[in-house]
Amino acid sequence: MTAVRAPRAAARPAKPWPARLRGALPYAGIALVALYCLAPFYWMVISAFRRPQDQFDNTPVPVRWSVENFTAVFGGNNDFGRALLNSLIVAGTTTVLTLVIGVFTAYALARLNFPFKNAVLGIIIATTMFPGISQLIPLLKLFTDIGWINTYQAMILPSLGFALPLTVWMLTTFFRQLPFELEQAAMVDGCTRGQAFRKIIVPLAAPGVFTTAIITFIAAWNEFVIALSVVNEQQMQTATVAISKFTGISGHDQPFGTQMAAGVIVTVPLVIVVLIFQRRIVAGLAAGGVK
Amino acid sequence: MATTVKNRPDAVPRPAAGARRGRRPKGDAQSSRRLAAVLLSPTLLVLALVVGYPVIAGFRESLYSRGQQLDADGFVVEGERFVGLDNYTAVFSGDRGDAFWNAFYNTTFFTVTTVALETVIGVVMALIMHQAFRGRAFVRASILVPWAIPTAISGLLWRWIFQHDGVANAVLRQQVLWTADGLESKIAVIIAEVWKTSPFIGLLVLAGLQMIPREVYEAARVDGAGPLQRFWRITLPLVKPTLLVAVLFRMLDALRMFDLPAVLIGVNKDSVETLTMLSWFEANNVRYGSAAAYATILFVYIAVIAYLFVRLLGADIIGQAKQTGKQRQTRKKAKA
Repeated sequence: MTAVRAPRAAARPAKPWPARLRGALPYAGIALVALYCLAPFYWMVISAFRRPQDQFDNTPVPVRWSVENFTAVFGGNNDFGRALLNSLIVAGTTTVLTLVIGVFTAYALARLNFPFKNAVLGIIIATTMFPGISQLIPLLKLFTDIGWINTYQAMILPSLGFALPLTVWMLTTFFRQLPFELEQAAMVDGCTRGQAFRKIIVPLAAPGVFTTAIITFIAAWNEFVIALSVVNEQQMQTATVAISKFTGISGHDQPFGTQMAAGVIVTVPLVIVVLIFQRRIVAGLAAGGVK
Repeated sequence: MATTVKNRPDAVPRPAAGARRGRRPKGDAQSSRRLAAVLLSPTLLVLALVVGYPVIAGFRESLYSRGQQLDADGFVVEGERFVGLDNYTAVFSGDRGDAFWNAFYNTTFFTVTTVALETVIGVVMALIMHQAFRGRAFVRASILVPWAIPTAISGLLWRWIFQHDGVANAVLRQQVLWTADGLESKIAVIIAEVWKTSPFIGLLVLAGLQMIPREVYEAARVDGAGPLQRFWRITLPLVKPTLLVAVLFRMLDALRMFDLPAVLIGVNKDSVETLTMLSWFEANNVRYGSAAAYATILFVYIAVIAYLFVRLLGADIIGQAKQTGKQRQTRKKAKA
């Protein structure tokens, strides 16, 4: 990409002053966006590192740094490590399942002609608008009857309900923008439809699929109401539920410090996931023939 | 291979190996119909189980009343009892009617304000990220942070920021009671919600932007189109399908807002009470019948909004699919 950009950058010095200004503008923009996004997060991190007795200081940097809030997260009877593992299992399984199911459905919706296609599209979009609250009570009843309370599948299955339509919709949009001619050409050259899908569409669709994977994983990781309702054992709680149930060791009205520290811990795996997938996205875009 | 024999002489010549599908449109249509059924069924099955069944069961629930009640003769009745539309009429009458219309107004107000702000901020973010070359990785990671924070946690974070002696008031040098029950708390919810979700739109729009061929911009520039023109005539139309899906999903999500106002301000506060919160409150007090009634009303409201949105704006989402299909058919006919 930088190679493509280079000639234009070389052409710029012809107009020195506006060019320099235009060169600086994106950086100012970046700084603004980063500030907007990170300032509250920064405050969370900083508050997490304050000593509990300095918790209500408003200095931009803690007067005295401390990890007391973090030890409080894992201390006592919080069992936060297990909660993180539970979140990982539930969110990971949900993501893999929705992608596997969603890729095929999105391919069918974007590429194939069949009767009732609009009806199917309608059904899938209709499922996204069902308010979670109306989904919850009957499912809770069902899971109680079949003994699924305090199980992973009781958290994963309802999560599919909101993750799957989102995944299918995003993938369908991505697939539609892909050059269908390439697939057709591969089929003319003797590929079966399956081969054409695997060898032409999948590599081209990879950036879209990975963006979808990030979005699905984070949506599943952040899920709150379902996990709160179908689990009543501390051993099976996901991280978000566990944090909401923190009680302050110090006995303040709300243990903000501990909760901020736990929030920092919960977002770290996500940042790692984002960084892993991000490299794939950038690589996919640089190599992709979609341009 | 059997299909090779089936090839008509006028078919496009191609290698025999792997040519399983007949060129004839009829056979192709049939096989793609079968393929579509196979590919779609897992999704539809899962959705029927985890979404379809609960909504129907929930609607049934809304016609029943449960728990201890006094019957006409003053005896205590236990268990489920069919009450028809009583749950619905109760929603619209008296004090509870006021609470309902208040929640209805809040839900609509939050949806309109947050989605409008998010769309503008999200598109601007995507454009900035698309322009930036050095530092793009950094800005993309940072834009994902607010969205990566679980809503419940971000509710706690903003509650912390909006404390009466918190950092928001310190920066503003004001003494605003953000988390009290009033207009300030509405603004607090909107600020927190927009902060958290505009990166979602930004990310989707960026993905759409990266699909646009660079040559289109080059050509437009050669033809003398300025930056604004390029934005309105190229970027926006080409990014529209992605943007529409993003906005639609945000709207549907905002209409059932729960976690954020519940954590940030609290349940049962007039200024931020949404329909989902109202329903949840009822369910929490074991009034499942009326909880299900609220949920059903919310469902119908959301359905109407989504229908209007798809009808008025998203018509060409589905139209695109049809067009692609038609192109395929004509191309096939031309080849046959």
